[in-house]
Amino acid sequence: MESLMTWLEAQLADNSIFTLQTLGYYGEGLATTVQLVALSLIIGLVLAVPLAIGRGSTHRWLSLPIFLYCYVFRGTPLLIQLYLIYYGVVFVEGIQETWLWVILEEPFVPALIAFTLNTAAYTTEIFRGAIKATPRGEIEAARAYGMSRGLMLRRIVLPSAFRRALPAYGNEVIFMLHASAIASVVTIMDLTGAARFVYARYYAPFEAFLFVAAIYLCLTFAILYLFRTLERRLLAHLRPAGG
Amino acid sequence: MIDLHGYGPRLAEGALITLELAVLSLILAVILGLLTASAKMSRSRLAHGIGTLYTTIIRGVPDLVLMMLLFFGGQIGINQVTDTLYDQFGIDLFINVNAFVAGVLTIGLIFGAYMGETFRGAFLAVDSGQIEAGRAYGMSHWLVFRRIRFPQMMRHAIPGLSNNWMVLLKTTALVSVIGLSDMVRVASEASKATREPFTFMIIVAAIYLLIASVSEWGFARLQKRYDVGYGEVK
Repeated sequence: MESLMTWLEAQLADNSIFTLQTLGYYGEGLATTVQLVALSLIIGLVLAVPLAIGRGSTHRWLSLPIFLYCYVFRGTPLLIQLYLIYYGVVFVEGIQETWLWVILEEPFVPALIAFTLNTAAYTTEIFRGAIKATPRGEIEAARAYGMSRGLMLRRIVLPSAFRRALPAYGNEVIFMLHASAIASVVTIMDLTGAARFVYARYYAPFEAFLFVAAIYLCLTFAILYLFRTLERRLLAHLRPAGG
Repeated sequence: MIDLHGYGPRLAEGALITLELAVLSLILAVILGLLTASAKMSRSRLAHGIGTLYTTIIRGVPDLVLMMLLFFGGQIGINQVTDTLYDQFGIDLFINVNAFVAGVLTIGLIFGAYMGETFRGAFLAVDSGQIEAGRAYGMSHWLVFRRIRFPQMMRHAIPGLSNNWMVLLKTTALVSVIGLSDMVRVASEASKATREPFTFMIIVAAIYLLIASVSEWGFARLQKRYDVGYGEVK
């Protein structure tokens, strides 16, 4: 490790912008971006499954609020949602006296809440479409076996819906990675935040932003590759024979 | 009545800027999209390569990063060019990168890549017999494009076009970050000054929802028009 560092330092000796220090900023930014995106995607996914089931309910009092939630969060810019939560959280009555304030004071948590609510809305719609596309015969067969609604959802509907949703969900993951760049607007030092810092310090927009664009490009390709592999495994039964 | 603390007119101006920005970017994106789709379908390896490179890079990098690159980098790049012109030829030129122009160029450039994919799929969906029939009538390439390929392609392109427009509309919010006084920026300034973020942010969100709903209706009508001749039998 020590020798690697000295080697790296020697390599960067003639470089005035990409020093070990600025690369460190980018590294920390990468960690923040990955944490923010991964956490919001996981929580959003957990929220989206029951929401998608509820969205298809025949009870209006259940499906209508979920529809409205999805409509509003998909119809307005994420930046507005972020501002609303980031600036708005201060004005929640009495919040500054509770223990919650310690974590809400940092911009990370408001951003996480905004991203989670946003991705949950999109994911709900993706799952909703996938659940709706369940072949009728499968449901009838499950009923004929005397399965309860819960068992049918767990064994028949959801497993095949998840598979059908996979390509669209892959797009959502990439969309979320790109959307996370706006976290830098509320002073979070994510990848874009690091690039903005380097730009401001050295007045070198091309170096700062092209470098970060390349990192995002690599992350995008990694996600694409991951989902392509996953699709090949999970959707193997849908591939044309001999293909 | 909601108290806007005198920010009402500025908010309205901001909404107009958002709308102008979105429409101009859409026009640029459609033109770039048509060019990209033709490049990607062309037999020339070079055109195909450029088209693929463009769509891959644009779709792999966040909008905000591209916007900052173009806005902050654009000014320095142009300054270098004008400096060289002055030093070498004595031409004194000063070009200031305007946030609005940078916004339109970036959003247009980004969505040109998405439109390219939409149009490519739509062009491929047009029955090749239709094009052959056009050629058989002695129509020129351009006439075949204008009378046969484009109208039939649009029918397949509208769902994707409508989708891209909705995303584009929301992307315009990002220009507030590079200093353009669109409605998001006015609202965020007003929120800080009056300490009433909910009022202003909810109004702006409602305006976005309104524009989205109106355009959804518009696209449904457009789809109906291009679907003439394909309607379901009643």
